[in-house]
Amino acid sequence: MTAGHDWPLWEVFIRAREGLSHKHVGSLHASDAEMALQHARDVYTRRREGESIWVVQSTDIVASAPADKESLFDPADSKIYRHPTFYEVPDEVECL
Amino acid sequence: MVQSQITGNASEADEAARFQSKVDREIKIEPRDWMPEGYRKTLVRQISQHAHSEIVGMLPEGCWVTRAPSLRRKVQLLAKIQDEGGHGLYLYSAAETLGTSRAEMIDALHEGRAKYSNIFNYPVLSWADIGAIGWLVDGAAIINQIALCRCSYGPYARAMERICREESFHQRQGYEIMMSMAFGTKDQKRMAQSALDRWWWPSLMMFGPSDRESAHSSQSMQWKIKRVSNDDLRQQFIDMTVPQADYLGLKMPDPDLKWNEERGHYDFGAIDWAELKRVVSGDGPCNKERMTARVKAHEDGAWVREAAAAYGEKQRLRKQAAKIAAE
Ligand SMILES: [Fe+2]
Ligand SMILES: [Fe+2]
Repeated sequence: MTAGHDWPLWEVFIRAREGLSHKHVGSLHASDAEMALQHARDVYTRRREGESIWVVQSTDIVASAPADKESLFDPADSKIYRHPTFYEVPDEVECL
Repeated sequence: MVQSQITGNASEADEAARFQSKVDREIKIEPRDWMPEGYRKTLVRQISQHAHSEIVGMLPEGCWVTRAPSLRRKVQLLAKIQDEGGHGLYLYSAAETLGTSRAEMIDALHEGRAKYSNIFNYPVLSWADIGAIGWLVDGAAIINQIALCRCSYGPYARAMERICREESFHQRQGYEIMMSMAFGTKDQKRMAQSALDRWWWPSLMMFGPSDRESAHSSQSMQWKIKRVSNDDLRQQFIDMTVPQADYLGLKMPDPDLKWNEERGHYDFGAIDWAELKRVVSGDGPCNKERMTARVKAHEDGAWVREAAAAYGEKQRLRKQAAKIAAE
């Protein structure tokens, strides 16, 4: 294998336990999806860290640009009325 | 994940200032964030060197798998070696987020352009050496790696956290081997002492040159790639390990080693830096053997990699054709 001839890169997501969502744990190289799953099992679950694995080819992931961070997420900062603490409710009223 | 690129319209100086302020505020740098070229280069060098060490580190232990004295020892050694392979893979992936490729890194190792930890250029002469490696070499690696969990580069720090969780059994299994040898027959104790004698000094060298001489240290500290100095990490390792040797009833091969009440640390003798230099530059007892074994394994596996790639490509084309036919 010479430079530039790596197998495709895959991102690995693992569900640690029933009831949890899959979480990104790292990446690996594999020649196809089946091998990616097998490698993910060997590389990322040697101590039963999971009970389900997703693999996604890295080139299929669409990511937001770091430069867009402010324009995408800052507007939410001013929407304080989206949080329950924005609203005033008298102490004597319960279950709210 | 995705190769980083310089975007946005801020000037280089603005970006650099913003970068350093993030680092100062302990905000992790992620793959696609702007970073100084030097930061990227330093990380690629350090992380790939770290990855190579994990991979090459499997070689000296691998030759003892078939000679392990019991099934219990054999499965624990196999599990440890497997972990080291995993560590190498986590680290290669972390380095790849910086825009280098796996193949480039492996080529650099095989062509002698990249370094790996010098400790693996020493021979493993007896079963007690396997104990000493787990106890001392993994012990030193843990001290180093715990500090790296706080590294400013996200993917490296996360790989380190995972590695640290897995390392502690490596050290404990090594110490357990040392205990059975040190508390065993006279011959076994002699082997344990000899292993300690030979592995102690190279283990101390694992922390790198003294801070006074280390070329990269201050910039790396500013970038928070490095969080604790070489000398401080080494001292921490010595302070931790001396009582462990005492418990085994073994003698440290350093006549100058003694507790300094005032400093609250052990004083220790001079490290032979000339030896480190000599071994790093290729003249150690096993440099050639390690690289020959590594390159051979890679070349012997070439046909498997090619066949798998061809099969993967065929699958992809077939799937594509089926999709077109269905449309
Ligand atoms: Fe390791
Ligand atoms: Fe280890």
